[in-house]
Amino acid sequence: MPHELTIDLRTLQEQIEQHACAYGLDFFEIIYEVLDWEEINEVAAYGGYPARYPHWRFGMEYIELSRSYAYGLSRIYEMVINNDPTYAYLLAANHLVDQKLVMAHVCGHGDFFKNNFSFAHTNRKMVDEMANHAARIRRYMEAFGEEEVEKFLDRCLSLDNLIDYNAPHIRRSHYEPPRDEQEPPVEPRRLRAKEYMEEYINPEDVLAAERQKLQEKQRREERFPSHPQKDSVLFLLENAPLKNWERDVLGVVREEAYYFAPQGRSKIMNEGWASYWHSKIMTERALDPSELVDYADHHAGTMAPYPGRLNPYKLGLELWRDIEERWNKGRHGSDWEACDDFEARKNWDTREGRGRERMFEVRRHYNDVTFIDEFLTPDFVRKHGLFVYEYHPSTGQYVISDRDFAAVKEKLLFGLTNFGQPWIEVVEANHLNRGELVLSHRYEGVPLKLDLARETLENIHYVWKRPVHLETHVDEEPVVLGFDGSSHTTEPRKE
Amino acid sequence: MIKRIERDRRRFEDIVRGKIKQDLKRHLTRGELIGRRGEELVSIPVPQIELPRFRYGRRDTGGVGQGPGDVGTPIGSDGDPVDGSGAAGDAPGHHIREVELTIQELAELMGEELELPRIQPKGAESLTVPKNRFTGIKRAGPESLRSFKRTYKEALKRQLASGSYNPRRPVIVPVREDMRYRSFREEPEAIANAVILYMMDVSGSMGNEQKEIVRIESFWIDTWIRAHYDGLETRYLIHDAAAREVDRETFYTTRESGGTRISSAYQLAADIVQREYPPQAWNVYFFHFSDGDNWGGGDDEKCFTLLHERLLPDANLFGYGQVESRYGSGQFLHALESHLQAENLVLSRIEERDAILRSIKDFLGKGK
Repeated sequence: MPHELTIDLRTLQEQIEQHACAYGLDFFEIIYEVLDWEEINEVAAYGGYPARYPHWRFGMEYIELSRSYAYGLSRIYEMVINNDPTYAYLLAANHLVDQKLVMAHVCGHGDFFKNNFSFAHTNRKMVDEMANHAARIRRYMEAFGEEEVEKFLDRCLSLDNLIDYNAPHIRRSHYEPPRDEQEPPVEPRRLRAKEYMEEYINPEDVLAAERQKLQEKQRREERFPSHPQKDSVLFLLENAPLKNWERDVLGVVREEAYYFAPQGRSKIMNEGWASYWHSKIMTERALDPSELVDYADHHAGTMAPYPGRLNPYKLGLELWRDIEERWNKGRHGSDWEACDDFEARKNWDTREGRGRERMFEVRRHYNDVTFIDEFLTPDFVRKHGLFVYEYHPSTGQYVISDRDFAAVKEKLLFGLTNFGQPWIEVVEANHLNRGELVLSHRYEGVPLKLDLARETLENIHYVWKRPVHLETHVDEEPVVLGFDGSSHTTEPRKE
Repeated sequence: MIKRIERDRRRFEDIVRGKIKQDLKRHLTRGELIGRRGEELVSIPVPQIELPRFRYGRRDTGGVGQGPGDVGTPIGSDGDPVDGSGAAGDAPGHHIREVELTIQELAELMGEELELPRIQPKGAESLTVPKNRFTGIKRAGPESLRSFKRTYKEALKRQLASGSYNPRRPVIVPVREDMRYRSFREEPEAIANAVILYMMDVSGSMGNEQKEIVRIESFWIDTWIRAHYDGLETRYLIHDAAAREVDRETFYTTRESGGTRISSAYQLAADIVQREYPPQAWNVYFFHFSDGDNWGGGDDEKCFTLLHERLLPDANLFGYGQVESRYGSGQFLHALESHLQAENLVLSRIEERDAILRSIKDFLGKGK
């Protein structure tokens, strides 16, 4: 059971929040709960939400967390959820200096949640909403059977990345642009011409091209949906023959996926931001000299780059510091870009002093993709030793393949765009006039994991009830994967 | 408050157990279980349960890392829990999950999977231990053993006899004399004991792969038989041209280069059983693994005699498994087939790892 904050911790919270506000951080009211390690593992298994619907994967998480805690592999220092008020958890067994650090870190997250644009449309009462979801799903389980509902949940969760990650907010319904009132013309319009001028004014090849365009347009009008729909889950919600409870369950899964999406889209920024602020608050204001060593140890532990791995805390923190320095010293703009004198660059300082200000602007208006795109510089990549790695099938090893700035940036962005998920959209729902569903994967040179893709198709089929197809590439050849309820097919297709 | 997580955890464990059952065949033919055997529990690795999604394989995408090293420096091999750039950090790396089963559960799973009949132990009468059994009723005893029913009956009888019973208000009040208590007696109870004698040919032609097959197969045989007996003893004999008894470790690791005289092992086995495990009190199992390349010179005949006269009469089961080696397979199996017919003699040919399952079924499918 959550414990009341002790007087010590409450005083600490007040102090830390005063420091944070003095720096200009702005957050909702923060409510801390102190938990022992079993409780914190339980809460963490549910993603920090006190009430979630029943599902085995939370049990799986819990076992993993408890084991790795028991074996001393990892422990949870900090957990905070985007809500108003913002909830955060403290591990009872932690040292006071750890609690300080966590509180400072949480202030950073709280500020980011409240002010970054991508969280602007998230539900700030999500704790309540999730509890409602849980209650509804429990009710369905009582009415239709635990097994049945959980199985359907599994299917829904397998589709939960088929949403529009780039949408600024969740859409309640799909907007289909209105069709033209009149029948679209089938024949291209001819210009009036005298008979002997006809073939010059209305040349046959132009007319043919025009005719083809019209036909294409007409075909599209007849197609449903008329434009590819990225939010495939919404499409299924609105058009698949689901039972009412099934529709609601799918809706719940979609709702939560949209709620979590901004966190995935701003992981590097958000963690970096919180780390920047905990280090500022701790080192400049809150730290007692006697706590220095412990603080440094734990801070270093969080920032440690695992061999060959990218630590979003570290990358984010360093990028934020880089931004601060660059806008403090005026290291941006065309003069800076054009300068290639090593000495001059090294000592470049226009005393612009806008570092902090720029940071606050950036934290409001950027997400990971735009953040990396704009603020990752060749100097930064070189200084921090970033590299690209690839898998070598012959040796079975991951190998550093490139240290070039462009390659690093491209790879990073690839992993972040669309949240690192393949771009898949619904293109047709009445394929061959037989109500078959066609999804299309926008191929970017990386194939889907085939076995998982087939299983996912089965789940879509279960929802759609008619054969489903996925246009994608296998072995660099364009193909259509199909599932008709009993067997899988793979057929070549023309681009 | 009942922890909600308990329900989710149980659901997950149920699913995992189901998955183990599905994958049991794969586990059975791999050696990985044996090394993980603890006191009572066996840990079985389960592949992570991952909900299918449209996603990229990690191998195909590669990623971005940080640290020293030139182009071409390896940073980790396949299977390392290296996360992609999107998800590293606070989430712990994903390991292969393990689930713990008791040996008993494991045996049951295998039995179900292979449709093995349960073993009927023989000689159940001959070996006994004292055991407490509730057999009667006494007038005195501890309150915890009071028999409510009998006490009630006595009280009812007494009240009827004395006329104090009122059918309109049937209140029964027992007094001291009505009290009845359950009583127990020590009785000898039969238990079933078993011994398995493993014999293995360690001549030059039995390579590591052959030994591994023997190891895996005997682990499962052990597990199954153990599930049916209270006490199970195992003895290990190795032989090339001569036989000797060794410990378990040596049994699986020794490799010698001599020739093969199978009769030497049979002789030793028969002696051990005669000396230490009287067949009236013991269920005796023999399992012999060899590549079947026996020396000529009448040794085969000697084996037949030993089997016929000394081993088979005492044995619940005599299993002979012929493991195919690089040099092909010997003639011993054929020879046995054509010379001996006995209900408790089972012959099985194990060509490769995948044949282990079938072979286990050969051996244990008779319910002996």
